[in-house]
Amino acid sequence: MKLGGPVVMLGLLIVQHGFPKFLQTLVNSVALGSLYALIALGYTLVYGVLRFINFAHSDVFAVGAWLSFTFATAFGWVATSSPLWGMPLVLLLVMAACALLGVTIEILAYRPLRKAPRLNVLITAIGVSLFLQNVGQLSSVFGTQPQRMPSLIEDRSLFTIAQVHIRLVDVTVIALALALMMALQWMVFRTRLGRAMRAVSFDEKVASLMGINVNRVVTITFAIGSALAAAGGLLFALKYEGLKQTADATWVLLGLKAFVAAVVGGIGNVRGAVAGALLIGVVEVFGASYLSPHMRDVYVFVILIVVLLLKPSGILGKAVREKV
Amino acid sequence: MGWRRSFSSLGLLGLLALTAVGGAGCDKFGGKKKPAGDPAGSASAAPETGAIVVGHFASMTGSEATFGQSTDKGVRMALEERNAAGGVKGRKIEVKTLDTASKASEGGTVVTRLINNEKVVALLGEVSSSISIAGGQVAQKLGVPMVSPSSTNERVTKIGDMIFRVCFLDSFQGYVMAKFATDDLKVTKVAILYDQQQAYSKGLANDFKTAFVGMKGVITTEQAYSGGDPDVSAQLQTIKTSGAQAIYMPGYYTDVGNMIRQARKLGIKEPFLGGDGWDSEKLTEIGGADIEGSYYSNHYSFEETRPEVQDFVRKYREKHGQVPDGLAALGYDAARILFDAMDRAPSLGGKDLAAALAATKAFAGVTGLISIDVNRDAQKKAVVLQIKNGKPAYVTSIAPPDAAADAPKPLVSPEPAADPAAAPAAAPAPESTGAPTTRATPPPAPVKAAPAGGKTGTEMKASDDPDEGGQ
Repeated sequence: MKLGGPVVMLGLLIVQHGFPKFLQTLVNSVALGSLYALIALGYTLVYGVLRFINFAHSDVFAVGAWLSFTFATAFGWVATSSPLWGMPLVLLLVMAACALLGVTIEILAYRPLRKAPRLNVLITAIGVSLFLQNVGQLSSVFGTQPQRMPSLIEDRSLFTIAQVHIRLVDVTVIALALALMMALQWMVFRTRLGRAMRAVSFDEKVASLMGINVNRVVTITFAIGSALAAAGGLLFALKYEGLKQTADATWVLLGLKAFVAAVVGGIGNVRGAVAGALLIGVVEVFGASYLSPHMRDVYVFVILIVVLLLKPSGILGKAVREKV
Repeated sequence: MGWRRSFSSLGLLGLLALTAVGGAGCDKFGGKKKPAGDPAGSASAAPETGAIVVGHFASMTGSEATFGQSTDKGVRMALEERNAAGGVKGRKIEVKTLDTASKASEGGTVVTRLINNEKVVALLGEVSSSISIAGGQVAQKLGVPMVSPSSTNERVTKIGDMIFRVCFLDSFQGYVMAKFATDDLKVTKVAILYDQQQAYSKGLANDFKTAFVGMKGVITTEQAYSGGDPDVSAQLQTIKTSGAQAIYMPGYYTDVGNMIRQARKLGIKEPFLGGDGWDSEKLTEIGGADIEGSYYSNHYSFEETRPEVQDFVRKYREKHGQVPDGLAALGYDAARILFDAMDRAPSLGGKDLAAALAATKAFAGVTGLISIDVNRDAQKKAVVLQIKNGKPAYVTSIAPPDAAADAPKPLVSPEPAADPAAAPAAAPAPESTGAPTTRATPPPAPVKAAPAGGKTGTEMKASDDPDEGGQ
């Protein structure tokens, strides 16, 4: 019963505008949603463990995209000359580099404030964000000129359904994002480290009494979140090749939408972040495609408002009762 | 160029901090100067010996940093040449460049600092129209002449009699591409894709539309994007099915490069058309092979054979190892026109200097013969370029329509409606019946463009006239 409405709407969309447009829009929206998901996971992981929003996360994502460019050009690869293992190599390098960056930020900026009020940490996060944006602009770092990311994966269509070319880059984005999310899911719910993370998230003090090294868990959380953002950065750069400088609004806006996705899905919830991100991607791209592109950001934030009104803990979040 | 987003949307705190700093600056300096509203006042405070200081406010950092950096390179080249030739009135010139960080909120603060602390006699800047307007208001109030190298939005020089520019306006640029599409490309159906967060892009899209429809063209669909949104597949999908023969995309080069790549991937094969926001080496770098064959209007072409152009391009290449873009050329021209006016002016006081600037006629600049008209705007040709083998190749020049160039306009026109005198002269008979009497409210005339400055309307009329006496 509950599914009736959406199914009818979907049928109407397909009948009215034709199947090719629908399919193309679906591919675009899922690819965009996967990118949001990779960023959203970083927000949600850090929030789950530390209960604070890491506003510098979107800048780590930007650094990830720019480092991908730096590595790829350092190897001297351009449009077609990159070997098959080029993309995985850059992926590993950039994930490692950003994990290191995330850990550094955590140790230098956030750890000294572990006992301070939340607001202090929040403001520090904004400071870190500004720092990364502006250091990225230095000509000795990434500079202010936009750059073209070398195509590490061949630019061709993989197969064609109903005149719609399904491109290799879109498939790579979706597949890689999916694989990383599944790995994270396995890690959080099937390993000792994941159990430790969940324990710290549940109650930091008790967790430390049980012999869990809280600082180590927090550091690893930052490393994982930043590595995922870096992977997102690389995939973003492969899909949208013209990279804008680190202080550009693009990065902040992407980060903001990913943050919305994390909140919509239920912040602190890994599966929720993915669900929220896909929902945001679908609503944004379908809205822009079938309604009006003028308001695509509006659709995203309308979803946020609706979810916060109807289910403040997010679509997959659990209501938390305050202990009195 | 046009208005740019003035904030990098980094949350409330960043903005709060900025306003706090900006506010403090204004109180401290602006408050003291306000009584000396006499235009010559602040200039007379400048020392009579030593170097003459000229201020340049530019986006040296931030999202439009490339624009400010290019312009500053052009300005400094003009400066070096002038000083090597003995400076102005026997004194050396010094240019102080202050950064606006691509933020309109910084424009006023930076200009206040330049005038009150650095004691500049004149100002150069900005590229972005929104920052030029913020800075221009301060310059006008303190009576210091300002020359904007490349702010194309109409409102910039309407601030007052101290504000000048050496580039053409957006309305002209829209007309240029419409005329080119109609006469040269022979297309009648065009789709528009513009950046809805940039008044520059939005305005240019509108100016193009008005001109193109006036030439019996059809706009198949108008789609919008936001500069921050990398994904425009939805808009492109609609454009693809709209049956357009060409796509007008008045955005900035990074977005344009990205969007054209996406468009080709979706199977769109039609040519793309654009404006001066495309002007950067990065356009072809990002767009790659996909952008080949597209056209855009610009202030100059480095391929032009005029000696001014070839001289400038050669010297710039020697110094910076790259081909100068339009912004560098405009920065160079703006500075040279200012130095020329400083030389001619009886004194370096604000009023004398402004009068000398206003008297600039047929100045042989890199970006063409520049004459400052009664609205303190530049009358000049625009060029149309085509991307060929990864380089913008010169295609043709298009001159301003005669009627618009020669229409008499009042010297100080604080609002667009102050043009009634021009409207009947340029566009006579039925359309303009209401124009001479209604100053503030344009009549709901059937010809929508005519009362709004008379400009777009008259341009469209004059477009039928093949006489090219614009320069």
